[in-house]
Amino acid sequence: MKYRNPLAIARGLGSAKDGLGHWWMQRLTSIALVPLVFWFVVSIIALAGQDRAHVLAWMNSPFHGVVLSLFLVTALYHANLGLQAVFEDYIQARWLQLVSRIAAGFAAVFLGFAGVFALLKLAFGG
Amino acid sequence: MPMTTNERPLSPHLQIYKVELPMLLSGLHRITGIALSVGSILLVAWILSAVHSAEAFAGMNRFLGGFIGQFVLFGWTFSLIYHSVSGIRHLIWDTGRLLEVKQIYSSSKIVVAITIVLTLLAWILGGGFPGGGI
Repeated sequence: MKYRNPLAIARGLGSAKDGLGHWWMQRLTSIALVPLVFWFVVSIIALAGQDRAHVLAWMNSPFHGVVLSLFLVTALYHANLGLQAVFEDYIQARWLQLVSRIAAGFAAVFLGFAGVFALLKLAFGG
Repeated sequence: MPMTTNERPLSPHLQIYKVELPMLLSGLHRITGIALSVGSILLVAWILSAVHSAEAFAGMNRFLGGFIGQFVLFGWTFSLIYHSVSGIRHLIWDTGRLLEVKQIYSSSKIVVAITIVLTLLAWILGGGFPGGGI
């Protein structure tokens, strides 16, 4: 006869309690991206065919520089959350799933820092 | 003892269902999401090239103006617009609206129509098509 309570076996196997955080951040970034994408598409249409000086002036303006940084960081955060769900759905091997998540996360942070650093360098000279 | 696993009933999977528009669009939302994730590299490369030097920016523009570049850029535009329009529908669904089967089908057609119009409009206004540009 087993005296072990079924609850003891179930403990630790349930929700990791961070699912809502993922869901909520995905919605929050989605809401933020609606106006940001609209601004981005309109801006890119206006910039198409323009020379470098024009593009730099756009990136260097306080408003567009800040909004471009926001767009980049928000989009990368959103992409990272989406890729995480994709990896969890299609990659069966736990180690490969983990490696993919780490690689995607590092790539997103690297791209974000590189882009924002370039914009800051442009704004503050150097 | 012989294995009889192949006799067991199988739960319905992707190839069992008839292909319908909402199903295609659901898959397309994911595919365009993945494409945009990869495409973020292009956005950062474009920013870096502009800030770095005139040569780098010219090289970037040569690539984007070429056949492969234009193809990638069109895919980028389509993915961004589709994923955004479809994403707005997802946000509406999150509020509990448009979830009736009939509404799913009709809103699917609206998403497709808006995506086509906005993608073509963006390319015409951006001068991506011959004769376009503002």
